Amino acid sequence: MGFVRFLKGCARLVTQGGKAYWAWIAALSVAIGIGTAGYARQFSVGLIATNMRDQITWAFYIGNFTFLVGVAAAAVLLVIPAYVYHWKPIKEVVVLGELLAISAITMCLLFVLVDMGRPDRFLHIVPGLGSPNWPRSLLSWDALVLNVYLAVNLVVAVHVLYSLFMRREYSRKIFVPLVLFSIPLAVGIHTVTAFLYNGMAARPYWNASILAPRFIASAFCSGPAVLLILFQVLRKATGLDIKDEAIWKVAELMAYAMFFNLFLLGAELFKEYYSHTEHLLYTRYYWQGIGGHRALVPFAWASLACSLVAFLLFLIPRTRTNWVTLNLGCILIWAGVYIEKGMGLVVPGMTPDTLGEIYEYTPTSTEWMVATGVFGVGFLVFTVLVKIAVPIMSGAFHVEARPAEGAAAQTLTR
Amino acid sequence: MRSRAPTSLLALVAALLAAPASGAGPVAKGEPAPAAPASARAEKAGGAPAEELVQAEKPPFTEGIFPCTQCHQGPGDAKRRELAFHDDVQSAFDHDSEHRWCLDCHMNANRDVLHLANGDAVPFTESYRLCGQCHGDKYRDWRVGVHGKRVGMWNGQKTYYLCVNCHNPHSPRFKPLKPEPRPMRPEEMKR
Amino acid sequence: MTPPNGRLTVLNGEEEAGTGHSRRAFLQMALGGAAVAALGACGAEDLLRRHLHELSPEDVQALLARLEKKYSARYGKKVTVAATPALPGVEFAYGLDLSRCIGCRRCVYACVRENNPSRRNPQIQWIRVLEMDKEHGVDLQHANPYYEADLVPRPGHFYMPVQCQQCRNPPCVKVCPVKATWKEPDGIVVIDSEWCIGCRCCMAACPYGARKFNWAEPDLPAAEMNPVTHYLGNRPRPRGVVEKCTFCIQRSRVGRYPACVEICPVGARKFGNLLDPQSEIRRVMETKRVFVFKEDLATEPHFYYFYAT
Repeated sequence: MGFVRFLKGCARLVTQGGKAYWAWIAALSVAIGIGTAGYARQFSVGLIATNMRDQITWAFYIGNFTFLVGVAAAAVLLVIPAYVYHWKPIKEVVVLGELLAISAITMCLLFVLVDMGRPDRFLHIVPGLGSPNWPRSLLSWDALVLNVYLAVNLVVAVHVLYSLFMRREYSRKIFVPLVLFSIPLAVGIHTVTAFLYNGMAARPYWNASILAPRFIASAFCSGPAVLLILFQVLRKATGLDIKDEAIWKVAELMAYAMFFNLFLLGAELFKEYYSHTEHLLYTRYYWQGIGGHRALVPFAWASLACSLVAFLLFLIPRTRTNWVTLNLGCILIWAGVYIEKGMGLVVPGMTPDTLGEIYEYTPTSTEWMVATGVFGVGFLVFTVLVKIAVPIMSGAFHVEARPAEGAAAQTLTR
Repeated sequence: MRSRAPTSLLALVAALLAAPASGAGPVAKGEPAPAAPASARAEKAGGAPAEELVQAEKPPFTEGIFPCTQCHQGPGDAKRRELAFHDDVQSAFDHDSEHRWCLDCHMNANRDVLHLANGDAVPFTESYRLCGQCHGDKYRDWRVGVHGKRVGMWNGQKTYYLCVNCHNPHSPRFKPLKPEPRPMRPEEMKR
Repeated sequence: MTPPNGRLTVLNGEEEAGTGHSRRAFLQMALGGAAVAALGACGAEDLLRRHLHELSPEDVQALLARLEKKYSARYGKKVTVAATPALPGVEFAYGLDLSRCIGCRRCVYACVRENNPSRRNPQIQWIRVLEMDKEHGVDLQHANPYYEADLVPRPGHFYMPVQCQQCRNPPCVKVCPVKATWKEPDGIVVIDSEWCIGCRCCMAACPYGARKFNWAEPDLPAAEMNPVTHYLGNRPRPRGVVEKCTFCIQRSRVGRYPACVEICPVGARKFGNLLDPQSEIRRVMETKRVFVFKEDLATEPHFYYFYAT
């Protein structure tokens, strides 16, 4: 049956590769091993193995989660030009964006799981088995929309890839509505995550209407960076034809998103510094420190610098079309937004805490190890999915290929 | 505020006198409360249920000092002077000491009781009436449980404390206490 | 102390205890019963347990019995776990007299002795006493919970203890993704520590820092364990769940004052039924200058600060 051949072929694709591929897999396995060791320690003594305490209850793990939800949402940045504006150069690579979304959501779910005090009770949030607090709890909404988004992307990606494999047209009836649905859904997952923070009156730093737009802007300007690098890698390593214009257009859209992100940042800073209420304290902690407490200050300014430089690199056509500066921009934008939306959002929101206490948080080695492991898993998932998807997209892996022919075609040069 | 303050006070006094013994300690758990006199029940406004009888703690006498008439039989020298016995109390006395001394509260004729400004005798178990002459706002708050401490049942029997159970009448200002240890800082908690 | 008919009638807002008898609940019960019986043998019946409000009274009694057995074995003494429901016609309120508190922290430790929190790593205290300067007033930027002194009150300072405010509009209840925390009819906001998943969203949402987390296996010495417990209150919590002040639910629901009220040496703490016009707290509300903490957040606490003098 076609599906069995498909699965067998996938297995073959994943287990065959050149030196670079296996070196990458080995590195990811090491990362996952480190993560497992870290989580084993955390599971045995409890979350006290982290540096989170009552004063700062969300930190590194949830910061990573927030950033990765943005990455997952950003996959949709490809969908809009592809399907709303019918721009062919991007249409061909939309599925890679969906695979990124799947990997990112996987990491999001893992970060939530490692952050929970009682991961053994995760069923409590499942409707029917547990008691999700709809509609009031944003966290239960987040659980729902993230899983729906994951499901939608899985269905679309698998359907497209399998159809290509079977050398038949994918069903527009399934595909187009789901893909179009994924646009508001992507905005939805990130808005729900923003609302999760936004709705907390106890945390003035988060309790700002600007949070949801900022989340969308920073997601769109950072998420696709991984894809831009991936596209270049795939072009060289496989026969996949990805046009320069597709890459440059994505970079251009990211520049506009970054402009909006910086504008919103400016608006936030104006409000805090000009109104100069007691709520300024959280912003000040992040950018200037309070008294001797300055742990985040270097990161705040580094993040801003990275974001500004990346913005300029993507905005100016000459640097956008130069591969060196483009890739530098990708790295810088990921670094900038990773800090700003991860630790830079979560920790200042809780410093000082609700009773005015300043507890300076920095992640422990256990937290670094676990986060490394989660990223390892996410990148492994992405690698495996791309390793399967690319030969399908290039036509090398399809149902009619002879086993030998298929094997030859499926072996990548890298 | 309550205009029937004197009547309710009498009710409280009546209730206290109906207690098993004057100077009885707090009701032991499980013991039924003595029945409130009919006057106390009728006193309550608007048909609200009668408050459970409250029991007071004993006046904090020094061991063996009471009854005072063991030594003081009949009236003594009423002139203000330095004392030989009770000098420990007198040296610590700072309760408006400029204008008052012992016999302004302790009854000269009968040292087993105190006296109000008009000369009425007040037993030690009702010393609050004496305090209340000057400290009216505290007294009114204390009577309804807002001032001072109560233990027991919020919806039933309470033990209240006499003013003197917390405030030394001879030196009433609360002495500072040694605080319990500070909480651990978050960075001090590790595994 | 279990009520005579043994039913746990914890109500959730307008829900009646009898809602469980819907067809869905019946099916769950029927299926769950079989699974529960099967898992009971290997002690894993808690895995398929439903939310407390969906359990039948028999299931609740079985749960309480299991917990009593577990705690009694662990702590080497007879432990009782009650499920006393809210008394009708009662809305608890608390008054804290800021003109009296001297910052001695006896309330903190009375609470610790009564409510079985972890003693170290983590050290959990439900009450936090903030030392403030008279110069700055109630100003959290200059609040210090870590003050140490030979004697309190220290000149120029005043003290403000903070604990769960039992809000009428609780942000923690709003954000909990699994309904592990809810407001009881008598105003107490409770946590079911068998249901909490430890996500700590409620802790982020609480404006008063009232909720504490068991970051590790709680360190509760058997000798110090208070064996008279309530399911929604002071029974020993497992690791990885949130806990907080419950107005000593195990005491207040049987008519007793909370431990902090009884220990305060200066009578700064007032507690009672707000609906009773004769209660101390009602009199405080009617005659004293009362304010609530962080009033702008409209949490409408049942906890009132006042100045008696």
